Amino acid sequence: MPRPAARRTNLPLGLVLPAVALLALALGYPLVRQVVLSLQEFGLAQQFGRPPSWNGLGNYRDLLTDRELWVVVLRTIAFCFVNAALTFGIGLGLALLMARMSRPVRILAQCGLLLAWAMPVVAAMTVWQFLFDTEYGVVNWLLTKAGGDFEGHGWLLDPWSFFFVATVVVVWMSVPFVVFTMYAALTQVPEDVMEAAEIDGASPWQRFVHVVLPAIRPVLLVVVLLQVIWDLRVFTQIYTLQKAGGVSGDTNLLGTYIYTLGIKGGDFGTAAAAAMFMLALTVVLTAPYVRLMIKQEED
Amino acid sequence: MARRTPTAVRIGADLVGVLVLLACVFPVYWMVSRSFLPRNRIKGEDPVLVPWHGTLANYRKVLGDDGFGDAMMTSLSVTLLTVAVAILFAFLAAVAVSRFRFRGRRTFILTLLLIQMIPAEALFISQYKMLDGMGLLNSVVGLTLVYVAGVLPFTVWTLRGFVDGVPRELEEAAMIDGCSRTGAFFRVTLPLLAPGLVATGVFGFIQAWNEFTLAVVVMTDPGSKTLPVWLVAFTDSRSRGVDWGAIMASSTLITIPVIVFFLLVQRRMVTGLTAGAVKG
Repeated sequence: MPRPAARRTNLPLGLVLPAVALLALALGYPLVRQVVLSLQEFGLAQQFGRPPSWNGLGNYRDLLTDRELWVVVLRTIAFCFVNAALTFGIGLGLALLMARMSRPVRILAQCGLLLAWAMPVVAAMTVWQFLFDTEYGVVNWLLTKAGGDFEGHGWLLDPWSFFFVATVVVVWMSVPFVVFTMYAALTQVPEDVMEAAEIDGASPWQRFVHVVLPAIRPVLLVVVLLQVIWDLRVFTQIYTLQKAGGVSGDTNLLGTYIYTLGIKGGDFGTAAAAAMFMLALTVVLTAPYVRLMIKQEED
Repeated sequence: MARRTPTAVRIGADLVGVLVLLACVFPVYWMVSRSFLPRNRIKGEDPVLVPWHGTLANYRKVLGDDGFGDAMMTSLSVTLLTVAVAILFAFLAAVAVSRFRFRGRRTFILTLLLIQMIPAEALFISQYKMLDGMGLLNSVVGLTLVYVAGVLPFTVWTLRGFVDGVPRELEEAAMIDGCSRTGAFFRVTLPLLAPGLVATGVFGFIQAWNEFTLAVVVMTDPGSKTLPVWLVAFTDSRSRGVDWGAIMASSTLITIPVIVFFLLVQRRMVTGLTAGAVKG
């Protein structure tokens, strides 16, 4: 435990200053500016020099009464929960199985997972796009060999199969993190308690629910919440798949929706309002995680 | 959980393990193997399983491409600058948080936690407008500014753990031996922090090297794209027919440094997370 500094000094404040200044400039200022921007009319005319005019809550009203926003929000939340649930379910299942694999298989499987985990998102996207490619894709080739009619099938043209491909990539990339974290947590479960439960006649399921789950609960909570946050903000995957020939309007999630409104459409006022909306959504969904972290910091 | 497992369960688990291995490795294998195939062998009726008699033509093509060279320069400059600034600032802040009690310390720590929750996608509109106003669009400095802000919370957090891990008694012993407080810090504590600095530096490198969202928003000029942005644009050039061989070669090139660095830090990232969560 660090003890109180003997003399009063401004040294610690000086040490923190560079980090604080940079964060204030690169995050704090844009955040304030975004609030202001979301209350202004800031479209193409302003891009060409007209001063922005105040719009009150007009942008929010436009946005919230626009059916498209709600479709995008619902789609984003649905995508997020489906992906988070799949990732977590598969990840926890694999972590539990990992303890039961023979050593060489376990090590090999871990190496594979590391590889998928380390792959940069954009590189992973190009590979998966290639696997699902209409003409050269090995997926179409395999399905055709298996007797299906998949020759020249375009996976990214229909929103459902578009999101299927997106889900495959997102889950492929995020499962390793869950496996490694949950496996590390599982190795911390006290062996003697497990044995005692077994001697007392607890079934494997009872041992899992009453011994393992409570022991890994803190890690489990963090992993689930991180997964939700990450899947809520999926941007790269959707953006690249859209570029590769998907139908962009029907496949927008919040991130690409904001991008389309602001950077591509030039309507910065409404885009800022949409971004504030996303921020609020994140805050609501992360509140439990933040509370957990704050509690830890106070202990 | 080193328990005896029934043989049937073990065999089942091993089967799943092999499937996982295949599912993880296959896309990577496909990427690397296609990168050695000429166009006509990628296009063939049945896919080539092993690229015997492969070619380096795809790599030659990518490495000779101006776009790739420019993007490599941009990515390298942004990444190295981000790592340098983030490590320096985070190191100072971590020392302050770990070694001193001061007013606003807790607020600072909690703010770092909260910032980590902000998704890049929720701020890029106003960050774009800010950099636009400062004349920093398409500039290494501008992108670095937003990248450092992105990695600082995590780097301060990790480094703080490392500084906490060096016992103050070591410094005190050095001070009894006649070192000044600063001298003791630099001679005793700093060398012990080297692994922590390397780990956080590698983390920053991977983040900046891979980042896409802000880069695609901020770096739009053909000459100032980062590697991921360049790669996506390159994939997108459908009109000329997609050159999958070249795309797979550039994807491989972008991936190699990440894999190498990643293997250095992943264990630390996992143990850090579980340790922190279990302690609470």
